[in-house]
Amino acid sequence: MPKITYIEHDGKEHVLEVASGLSVMEGAVKNAVPGIDADCGGACACATCHVYVDPAWKEKTGDPSSMEMSMLDFAEGVEDNSRLSCQIKVTPELDGLIVRMPKSQH
Amino acid sequence: MSDIARIVILGAGQAGGEAAQRLRTGGFKGELTLIGEEPYPPYQRPPLSKKYLSGEMDLEHLLLRPPALYEEENIAVLKGVRAVWVDRTTRRVRLEGGRELPYDALILATGARARKLPVAGADLGGVFVLRTIADVDAIQKQFQPGAKLAVIGAGFIGLEAAAIGRKMGLDVTVIEAAARPLARVVSPETAGFYLDEHAAHGVRFALSAMPVIIKGAERVRAVGMSDGAEIAADIVIAGIGITPETSLAQHAGLHVDDGIIVDRAARTSDHAIYAIGDCAKRPVHHYRDRLCRLESVHNAIEGAKVVAATILGQEPPHEEAPWFWSDQYDLKLQIAGLFSGYDRIVRRGELKDRAFAHFYFAGERLIAVDAVNKPGEYLGAKRLIEKDLKVSPETLADNSVPMKTIVANAGS
Repeated sequence: MPKITYIEHDGKEHVLEVASGLSVMEGAVKNAVPGIDADCGGACACATCHVYVDPAWKEKTGDPSSMEMSMLDFAEGVEDNSRLSCQIKVTPELDGLIVRMPKSQH
Repeated sequence: MSDIARIVILGAGQAGGEAAQRLRTGGFKGELTLIGEEPYPPYQRPPLSKKYLSGEMDLEHLLLRPPALYEEENIAVLKGVRAVWVDRTTRRVRLEGGRELPYDALILATGARARKLPVAGADLGGVFVLRTIADVDAIQKQFQPGAKLAVIGAGFIGLEAAAIGRKMGLDVTVIEAAARPLARVVSPETAGFYLDEHAAHGVRFALSAMPVIIKGAERVRAVGMSDGAEIAADIVIAGIGITPETSLAQHAGLHVDDGIIVDRAARTSDHAIYAIGDCAKRPVHHYRDRLCRLESVHNAIEGAKVVAATILGQEPPHEEAPWFWSDQYDLKLQIAGLFSGYDRIVRRGELKDRAFAHFYFAGERLIAVDAVNKPGEYLGAKRLIEKDLKVSPETLADNSVPMKTIVANAGS
């Protein structure tokens, strides 16, 4: 299974094996990693699963859809590498992915 | 908090599950018991009328957290168990079968029940409500292409089921007592758009129409209407609202009025007992502390955050503007705020583009938004409402200015 490293805002790392087909958000929530709220459960309805994708992985994770982009406009502390983690599907190509959590999801 | 060693949560829906989780992550070390009537650990209800009904989402994805996590966090989850009595003097909950659980703090997250059709024949085979996994598992077996589906009630649940029905090739008629769909939740303008969309997808509507009987021998054959008409049906789904599950609270003598009345710290009239989620009626800060019973994921999660903070003596969360969403066909409807009492609507975007937002004003104040395939407008308006920022209707109507800029320039 692809390994994903989730880094909390305070620097705490969680390295997890996440099954292909799940989203990066689900990998965190189902393993009780704090820092990703995902209130809507992945319906792209709430923007509370914001993460920063490690620059080295930006290309492989692809570009956000226009719907995701307009939601990111209103997330706190948005950067060029900001994504909604419910919209990144885990694939074997993402083995080694690193994402960082923002200070707050609200 | 120091004197609280045992917490019992009645109701293992999203509110109860989130509360248990947040109590643990917030540092509660004592006994924590989560009791639910359904045979599943806490799961998400919204997909039941969407991707779970269509078969695109399975049970594992529906569960909020894997069952093993509750064990790891030492949360006792009692499934398929009903509580029958709350004794406030001895602080005990009695379960069906006689077992008694003592509590220092009791959280009522008992949710709500789907209303059954109040007509003869409502118990016939093929007649369903849509509230639980069991309901949808039973509906799914009969969701066959060509089957005739009659949906009674054109709220979110009914219209989402209608959309999935069409997607799966069923013949769908929606019956609604009011003159328009979604009457309780959106304006006539937004409702009209949804009526047209469903009609374009082949859904038939019987509006201002009252079913009086479900006809059939063992299974439903037709819905009989008050004007004598019959609507043929192999399956009936009643989406006519929910009733808060307040009977335990009522018997315990708590203050109940269409919901268990709580203060902003989620406390009932007995300060050892709290209520959150669909069963609770609480003051909503952004609407002048109006007492509301909100039926939503937002309310479940916020209630869980509030009750955990109260019990642990921690700082309460910032209250969000109430928010809701509905997926029908390729339309994502996102709502922030409470629209009742509006006197003006402003539109951004165009209905024909199937991407627009309706902003609701009461006087000069923005009170709510319905956004269809316009997530930026939804989130922007939610922010304006939460921060009580001022924005003019004319500014919002100007499509040439991005929503982000409008929000950034809004005054307090």
